[in-house]
Amino acid sequence: MRFTKDHEWVLVEGDVATVGITGYAAEQLGDVVFVEVPDVGKTVKQGEGLAVVESVKAASDVYAPVSGEVVEANGELSDSPETVNAVPEAGGWFARIKLSNPGELDALMDRTAYEAFLSTL
Amino acid sequence: MLGVIGAESIDELFVDVPAVARRTGVVDLPLHAGELEVEREMLGLSRRNRSASEGPFFVGAGAYRHHVPATVDHIIQRSEFLTSYTPYQPEIAQGTLQVLFEFQTQVAALTGMEVANASLYDGSTATAEAVMMATRVTRRNKAVLSGGVHPHYVGTVETLAHAAGVATERLAAAIDAEDAVIAAIDADTACVVVQTPNVFGTATDVTKIAQAAQAAGALLIVVTTEAVSYGLLKSPGEMGADIVVAEGQSIGNGLNYGGPYVGLFACKEKYVRQAPGRLCGETVDADGKRGFVLTLSTREQHIRRDKATSNICTNSGLCALAFSIHMSLLGEKGLRQLALVNHQKAVALRDALAAVPGVEILTPRFFNEFAIRLPVNAAELVETLAANGVIAGVPFSRLEPGAGLDDVLLVAATETTPDLDITIFAKTLTKVLAR
Amino acid sequence: MNMNTVGRPTRPEVAVNDYIHPTLTGARGLLQDEALIFELDCWDKTGVDLPDAPAADDLGDLVRTAPIGLPGLSEPEAVRHYVRLSQKNHAIDLALYPLGSCTMKHNPRLNEKVARLPGFADIHPLQPQSTVQGAIELMDRLAHWLKTLTGMPAVALSPKAGAHGELCGLLAIRAAHEAAGNGHRKTVLAPTSAHGTNPATAAFCGYTVVEIAQTDDGRVDLADLESKLGDHVAAIMVTNPNTCGLFERDVVEIARLTHAAGAYFYCDGANFNAIVGRVRPGDLGVDAMHINLHKTFSTPHGGGGPGAGPVVLSAALAPFAPTPWVVSHDFGFKLVEEAKGPAAQAFGRMSAFHGQMGMFVRAYAYMLSHGADGLRQVAEDAVLNANYIKARLSDLMSPAFPNGPCMHEALFDDAWLEGTGVTTLDFAKAMIDEGFHPMTMYFPLVVHGAMLIEPTETESKQELDRFVTALRALAGAAKAGEVDRFKGAPYHAPLKRLDETLAARKPRLRWKPVAAAPLAAE
Repeated sequence: MRFTKDHEWVLVEGDVATVGITGYAAEQLGDVVFVEVPDVGKTVKQGEGLAVVESVKAASDVYAPVSGEVVEANGELSDSPETVNAVPEAGGWFARIKLSNPGELDALMDRTAYEAFLSTL
Repeated sequence: MLGVIGAESIDELFVDVPAVARRTGVVDLPLHAGELEVEREMLGLSRRNRSASEGPFFVGAGAYRHHVPATVDHIIQRSEFLTSYTPYQPEIAQGTLQVLFEFQTQVAALTGMEVANASLYDGSTATAEAVMMATRVTRRNKAVLSGGVHPHYVGTVETLAHAAGVATERLAAAIDAEDAVIAAIDADTACVVVQTPNVFGTATDVTKIAQAAQAAGALLIVVTTEAVSYGLLKSPGEMGADIVVAEGQSIGNGLNYGGPYVGLFACKEKYVRQAPGRLCGETVDADGKRGFVLTLSTREQHIRRDKATSNICTNSGLCALAFSIHMSLLGEKGLRQLALVNHQKAVALRDALAAVPGVEILTPRFFNEFAIRLPVNAAELVETLAANGVIAGVPFSRLEPGAGLDDVLLVAATETTPDLDITIFAKTLTKVLAR
Repeated sequence: MNMNTVGRPTRPEVAVNDYIHPTLTGARGLLQDEALIFELDCWDKTGVDLPDAPAADDLGDLVRTAPIGLPGLSEPEAVRHYVRLSQKNHAIDLALYPLGSCTMKHNPRLNEKVARLPGFADIHPLQPQSTVQGAIELMDRLAHWLKTLTGMPAVALSPKAGAHGELCGLLAIRAAHEAAGNGHRKTVLAPTSAHGTNPATAAFCGYTVVEIAQTDDGRVDLADLESKLGDHVAAIMVTNPNTCGLFERDVVEIARLTHAAGAYFYCDGANFNAIVGRVRPGDLGVDAMHINLHKTFSTPHGGGGPGAGPVVLSAALAPFAPTPWVVSHDFGFKLVEEAKGPAAQAFGRMSAFHGQMGMFVRAYAYMLSHGADGLRQVAEDAVLNANYIKARLSDLMSPAFPNGPCMHEALFDDAWLEGTGVTTLDFAKAMIDEGFHPMTMYFPLVVHGAMLIEPTETESKQELDRFVTALRALAGAAKAGEVDRFKGAPYHAPLKRLDETLAARKPRLRWKPVAAAPLAAE
């Protein structure tokens, strides 16, 4: 699993990356009440808005950590947004993106680096 | 107090005001006045207005004179409703919040829609908001407005749409052609906006328009300026509307020379996250007791800022309360009866005016308002009739000067219209036209 | 002796203080547990007596036949329902309501009385203008007062609230740019501390919002502003006095820089009550400013509206004001409703009619009552009261900007709560138990855990002292570690804290006829 400074995580299997927000982010947001996942087929560029995650008092954009085409979105989050709080780095995933530029992954942090980054916040 | 603050004078507290803008002494306006003097002054101004209750009165076109039960005004003047703020602290605002929840339910029922919000400013701004919402839902950029939409509503929509970069196509004013919007729908159309009863009073079944719009991926927005009509006419929801906006003034609110009024806004539940304005929802408190809170607030400006669904903050809370109280007093039974009485009065007015030589009735099917064609300029005639004690209605040219309908007059009757006034109107009109 | 032992006890017999139990009905003394109108089984009733009317045979299929689903209450039932509900609301008529930025001041009842005169309340916006000369004259006089108090040459009366006024101002600015061939200017600058309506309004009219940084003393950072101004900027939106309750000391320079860059200066006038009668925005270089009649001029907030937001305009923007507006002639007053002839530059219309006449009447009555002298005193007393609160709480709480006076509101951050386990929210909820409405919390966004207190001119020194005493006691309790007093607060309100997460996750926005399972907290 690799991480961004905006607290997204990426898990790559083959040429498809599963994307979500980190446990740290989920805790900072508080109770997630709504998630707007992208439409399947949407093409995203690294750093662009991919999804929106809302708590009662805030709406936050989730940025695409990698470029590519959205091949699957986690529709279950619309009925149970609390999954993002419960298992942010597993069942709380947002979307699966078919990588168009796998080289982008190299610049992302591994868990050790991400945790070191968190300790600076 | 200055001692506690550590200041020598009040002026010291204004030290941050640049010297160039500091004013000593008072501005050039009258000094304070006692309650008696102020009341006398206000009474003097008010007496120079001819109120609707003073004599024959047939003005509608977006605002309607109805009887408001005394209970309504009594309750809205209770301190706890009148002098409270937006219910941001739900533990000490359950009164306002429960009213809003009941109001939302009443509006949803009236319009035949799944959900309604806690009110917007008025019917015209609600229409503009609905158009903006449709562009977000459909991600398209054009609104088509029928020729039956109130011209001032069209103006309000066009003003905002122009700034937001949304294209508008408004069809020529037409008494009975709401269906004509169907031909104007194309692949860019975010929404079609139709009004029933429309500005000429014509009631229309918009089912076919809804089907055509939705088949093309557009939303149908139905506008109603006379909310009492929901007691007699099939609701927009039953006819397939996606968004319904209405002027709610008719129920619980006086004419007030144009405001404050209350904008009703209802839509299909699937679109609610794109809706403007406040929403009240049910929840529980820490003890598990039912309570109400403002919810889905991430749509709103105080959280979403430049990405909010609307910039609205203050809405029409107290007018919504007045609406809700009046609606509760009426109930379904009273509303249906009120609507029938309105229709009956308008039919009587039509029959009386149809008998006036030179007058042509233009509106084929109506609720409590219709258009007539006169053998003379309507605006001039209205002035003449006013000089003879009859406030006759609204010349269409006042709403849309360039429409070529200078001989068209919009007239309305409600439960407040005495039969005698209808007779006086017809007689006075006959006399004036005979000159 | 003749001893009569029959009768009721006249003293409490046992100490019952510790006996806390839920009541059997859900009521609590004077507080009734009131059901929704839809739960009263009143589907066939009506509280009005109307004459009979025949069926509408001429309307055929258009007639609504399916049930609508609206309950009806008799008059006594309706009165009780709403009176019971009203008792669950805080109100300025009940106690201090120190919501910063919201200006909860007393609403004089004379204004309510005159607004209900038939000559104002029972006239139609489209009846012949010859029959409503008094109403149009009132609008003209209100306009005169607003222009004089602000030192601005023009005013658009029709906006229906503050945010609607912002929209009106930006639309005028946009129209002015378009008329001058500057339609490419698409950026609006606004400080991070701005009301949410500022960026929302700018975005609503198609502008991109760029934030201006703030200095350590809570004002617009001039250097940052200057670096962001340019040929792409349409306007700046600055609140003055600002949302930190401070006067923008450099406002004249802000205006100069803005104008030098070819942009307009929109001032959010939500806080005009702090300077009315003492400072004219026209002297500061403002091009447009809305005035919340429901704040500065005391029209009641009504649980969230209606308000009114007239916008004063500079000479540069005046030609673009929306229809309608008032002109006075020798023969009387006229409302210009169409943009043609000399009025052709009007940018359009804000709403169907002429604005919030009911609010105009109330605001004008307030102006007449106070006069030029009284309005100046309104500002002075509001500023005095806020500074008094700031001075009396600064040793216990942490003022966000301790140096120099504040204007009409005192801003504290939550640094003083650090380590207590009590948050700004907890503190605010505990204020409810003490009988006060909380202050504005977590706004402005630039101050951590913000608490923004606006007492207004309404409060006497006695009431301010009562408030300060309560806050000092609460602050003491927080610092003494009485966390439970705060975490569960409010204990004495009609309801305990509500589950806003549940409301947002499973939105239930209306009552539904099929009995749904009761919502249960997760």
